[in-house]
Amino acid sequence: MNMNEFILILGMALVTFLIRYPIIGMSGRIKLSPQFLQLLSYVPPAVLTAIVVPAVLIPTGDQILLDYTNARLIGAIAAILVGVWRKNLLLTIVVGMVAFFAWQWLLSFT
Amino acid sequence: MSTGRVRSVSSTPFSEFLSGCRGIFPLVVGAIPFGIIYGTLAASSGLSLAGTLAMSAFVFAGSSQFIAIGLLASGTVVPLIILTTFFVNLRHLLYSISIVPHVQQLSQSWKLPLGFLLTDEAFVTAIDRYNQPDSSPYKHWYQLGASTFMYLNWILCTWIGVTIGHQISNAAEWGLDFAMSATFIGMIIPYLKSRSMLLSVVSAGIMALLMYELPHQLGLILATLTGIFVGAFIERLNSRR
Repeated sequence: MNMNEFILILGMALVTFLIRYPIIGMSGRIKLSPQFLQLLSYVPPAVLTAIVVPAVLIPTGDQILLDYTNARLIGAIAAILVGVWRKNLLLTIVVGMVAFFAWQWLLSFT
Repeated sequence: MSTGRVRSVSSTPFSEFLSGCRGIFPLVVGAIPFGIIYGTLAASSGLSLAGTLAMSAFVFAGSSQFIAIGLLASGTVVPLIILTTFFVNLRHLLYSISIVPHVQQLSQSWKLPLGFLLTDEAFVTAIDRYNQPDSSPYKHWYQLGASTFMYLNWILCTWIGVTIGHQISNAAEWGLDFAMSATFIGMIIPYLKSRSMLLSVVSAGIMALLMYELPHQLGLILATLTGIFVGAFIERLNSRR
């Protein structure tokens, strides 16, 4: 590992830790209002959706692709359907992946 | 879809730790392909073997690691990569705030590892456990189990990726990163039980698309905040009626 790499990893580790830890570290002195706690209950689904939607709908990173040539979209639809139907996390992930790969394979013939 | 509903009052630290491992298991499976391509891509981006593993061990934040090696490969300077990492990982701030009510009684020797290991997956799994109505005094052991399993798996998968990476040179083109999207979709669905949650998610998704072009993942932060405020606003409207 050269110096450049060392600084890169040290820097990344430091900024990430300084985001994750300090609030938890001083949590003993923090009191959150019920209104604020209510806001926080929306954090997990809101963040995850904000990550997933562009990842699925903008597969090439430049434009929204809303048709059958987008294998990610097909995989995502399969995952949503199975997730809502069976309520099983592992099954949702596996079926989503399989649908995505199968569709990508089918598209390779077109 | 949530984890380990049935839990007797006689939970022990060890039983909670194990339930945490079990609870996060599906997400660990989802992270496997992601970790392997990270290892594969890192090797071809010019990062050394030690550097690739060290990044997984000390940074432990998948999406920022991906972006970092992408930037590294394109010759971006180190300070800019670190700055980008900061913005990409800023969402973890919301996680650490959300976890506050559940960890404030713990000692620093607990807060330190729980903070360091606070990933998307560990957070969503742990918060689900904290919100269960039983009064187990060992719920933080559940979070520790889930976090530790995720961490060890991430390092192992990175190592596998670096080791077998050169044998599957075009692994990145297989689209294995879709595993992350499928995992996150699975994590979102259990939340969609009310109209306010549904509208929160829809507005976050639309905003994420509209703001996609913004630099430094600013779109992600703005879309998240939009989702949070829309959800809370609708909830308040409903409760007033």
